[in-house]
Amino acid sequence: MTEKRAEPQTRHAAMEQKQPLVRIVRRPVMPLGQAWAIRGIAFLAALLAGALLIGLLGHNPFLVYADMVVGALGTRTSLIETVKLTLPLLAAALSVALSFRMRFWNIGAEGQILAGGIAASYFALFCYDMMPGWLLLIIMFLAAAVAGALWGALPAVFKAKWNTNETLFTLMLNYVALGLVKYLEAGPWKKPGGYPKIDMFEDVARLPKLFGVHIGWLITIALVILVAVYLRRSKHGYEAAVVGESPDTARYAGMNVGRVLVRTMLFAGAIAGIAGFMQVSGADYTLHEGTAGGVGFTAITVAWLAQLNPWGMVVVAAFLALLDKGANRIHTTFGVPATASDVLTGLILFFMLGCEFFINYRLVFRKGAKGRG
Amino acid sequence: MTQTDQIAVQMTDICKSFNHVMANDHISLDIRRGEVLALLGENGSGKTTLVNMLSGIYFPDSGEIRVNGRLVTIRSPRDAFALGIGMVHQHFKLVDVFTAAENIVLGLPGGMRIDRRALAKEIQEIAARYGFDIQPNKKIYDMSVSEKQTVEIVKVLYRGADVLILDEPTAVLTPQETRKLFAVLRRMKADGKAVVIITHKLNEVLEVSDRVHILRKGKYIATVNTRETTAQELTEKMVGRAVSLAIERPEPGERKLRLAVTGLSCLNRDGLPAIDDIDLELYSGEILGVAGIAGSGQKELCEALAGLYPLKKGSIRYYPADGGAGEELAGMPPTEILRRGIVMSFVPEDRLGMGLVAAMDMTDNVMLRSYYRGNGPFVDRKTPRALARQLIDQLEIVTPGVDTPVRLLSGGNVQKVLLGREIASSPQVLIVAYPVRGLDINSSYTVYDLLNQEKQRGVAVLFIGEDLDVLLELCDRILVLCGGRVSGVVDARHTTKEEIGLMMTMHQGKETAAAAQDEPGFVEPTFPHEEASQAKTAAATQNGEEGRA
Repeated sequence: MTEKRAEPQTRHAAMEQKQPLVRIVRRPVMPLGQAWAIRGIAFLAALLAGALLIGLLGHNPFLVYADMVVGALGTRTSLIETVKLTLPLLAAALSVALSFRMRFWNIGAEGQILAGGIAASYFALFCYDMMPGWLLLIIMFLAAAVAGALWGALPAVFKAKWNTNETLFTLMLNYVALGLVKYLEAGPWKKPGGYPKIDMFEDVARLPKLFGVHIGWLITIALVILVAVYLRRSKHGYEAAVVGESPDTARYAGMNVGRVLVRTMLFAGAIAGIAGFMQVSGADYTLHEGTAGGVGFTAITVAWLAQLNPWGMVVVAAFLALLDKGANRIHTTFGVPATASDVLTGLILFFMLGCEFFINYRLVFRKGAKGRG
Repeated sequence: MTQTDQIAVQMTDICKSFNHVMANDHISLDIRRGEVLALLGENGSGKTTLVNMLSGIYFPDSGEIRVNGRLVTIRSPRDAFALGIGMVHQHFKLVDVFTAAENIVLGLPGGMRIDRRALAKEIQEIAARYGFDIQPNKKIYDMSVSEKQTVEIVKVLYRGADVLILDEPTAVLTPQETRKLFAVLRRMKADGKAVVIITHKLNEVLEVSDRVHILRKGKYIATVNTRETTAQELTEKMVGRAVSLAIERPEPGERKLRLAVTGLSCLNRDGLPAIDDIDLELYSGEILGVAGIAGSGQKELCEALAGLYPLKKGSIRYYPADGGAGEELAGMPPTEILRRGIVMSFVPEDRLGMGLVAAMDMTDNVMLRSYYRGNGPFVDRKTPRALARQLIDQLEIVTPGVDTPVRLLSGGNVQKVLLGREIASSPQVLIVAYPVRGLDINSSYTVYDLLNQEKQRGVAVLFIGEDLDVLLELCDRILVLCGGRVSGVVDARHTTKEEIGLMMTMHQGKETAAAAQDEPGFVEPTFPHEEASQAKTAAATQNGEEGRA
């Protein structure tokens, strides 16, 4: 049990006979309902702070918020767009959640998405006329998964063998993948003509739609269920959790720590690769520098806000997509810069993470009557 | 000097509660100059909480603190220092990559530059005054646990503390180091300092203290003069009822060779021998104790036997109960050993860091060594959950439930979870490393009883111990380790503490030890049977333990 003092240090030489104004005291474990109530309040407080900001910009916050929601969910088209934004974010979050459960600080989902995208694009661009569409899509899917898995497992292998730092390693690999995409755009896969661009996929290499959205949403839902079961019920998931909490204990229990690292990262990378496949084949119909577009990083936020719970990630990913989409809308209607949504996301993050403090601690104020002044 | 002049610190009617639990319930205490006060109590009795309010870590809910007769408010460790109160915590608070001297001046006001030479001189002066061995320019990461503790104490003294509080200072020390520490404490006392040690070890209380202040479950029980009391009286006051201090030792069951180890050698991380050419025989139905100075290869020996430590050479032969030919286990990973139907249970020294997963609940911890059983990719949590419930009942584990993370349990209950799990797997060989370290009296006796039960069941028990009295009372035979080598095996029923003590330092040349003390400059990680003093041995072999300390 720890207890810290909130009040800044006063000069101790002049020791006043006073109790500290505010003390921070650790709470007993809070009931779940109460904890969620606090998170709810924090969320509202974030919206309120956002409203203040919007007010300062000279707009009516209620109208702006309403317009964001309408813009993101109001019409069929906008709803479809929001879902399309959600999918890669959610898939990437599932990927990083696997590695984070193992305390493997993987910030390389971005690169793994691109690796998957590159592999899928290869078959889409050069093999589209060799086989029926369904087979092509399956091969693209598998190729993307394998490429993502290898891209993800590489830092794990190095970590297992030489104890390299996975954070730097995965980060660097992002740039390698991005560089590779740029090279392909400008060189070997360049579409004839002026700009360095890769050609659009033929129809056979595009994911079919169901209810207006490419069927990546089915794949993503399947991934959510798979990851949830994997983390909570499987032997692999248990091993990953033990390795994450205490490698010594894992060794003691007879687990091969290196193997668990590599295996889990193979799965994590594969999921990110599949996200890349869905982007190139379902959303963009081509490979470009923006295929990952920061999704791999935002996914880290999603995973942590949901506290690595796959079902929670569905909600958080959808919400962040809504913010993103809504921001575009208020940009057109109100002229509020689209980056305002980033500010709002930041505020929400700040409040959500900050409220964990109040779930774990409470403040004790000096009792006025008893103050020994 | 009158009575009131002697009183350095007076705490009156102190209350402190955590989550509605009264950790301190109207406790009063006075600390006197020129005296060693022992604060005695079982785990969770509120000793540490009480002194943490002196050192500025906690703030009392109510009550008064007077220092030198003046009413004070201690709001931070800085305030405590300003009042001359210094505390040495159980878990050291040192910066690993800094030297001793740098750690000592860390956080003190002063200019940008540190005059290292003057500083080293000052530190040496303090060291000479109280009889410390300290090397100001040695880095913390190169230090043994005992050296680190010395740095902590010197740090407190350097800052001018008149009241020194040491929280469980001997928990990490060897008997020799403990003796050294006590000598230092006596010199401080003679120098007029007020010393408080927190402990639950009775023999230490009797050896070093002048007065004993006893707490139980957050309440003040009594203050007694050490000279006028006995271990038995202190125990009764501490536990709250009469407790027999004798450890049972049932006669060994059917003795059959279970494990024969020959020529076992392992290297430590620096490539030096950690255990060297060890031979031992472990029989069913007996407890074989292992005695030795901390870091004499105990950890490596346990882990090597359990298949967790790479061997350099040697053989580990296992003989099954049905009298088969015996199987070679050397070089086998633990999973492979289990696959052959050999259950070797191991209770490691680092319970939460190696034996258990601190953040996981009891169910997930109970299944740690059996989760992979059964076909299919999924874990079965039903069986372990039932086992966890059963352990809670059988071993009287105090916990809110099987879903509570084990790190929230007290030390004794953590050990019961770990030992319970290992015993529940019906082992043929049971290896336990320091199983009662940090446990209160009741829990310790539960552990002894469990080990005796296993012994009578015909299990071969290897017991790594540190308290020689316990080893002598509990074990059937005692193997003594010294510097990674076996110095002998003795019959525990017919030997003395002195004999074992001698064997613990047997491989160390007496003249080199004496010579080494004259030149406290540079310490190389060498091994005792080569050339090294005891201190050097500790430094070299405890490297691997620093993380836990």
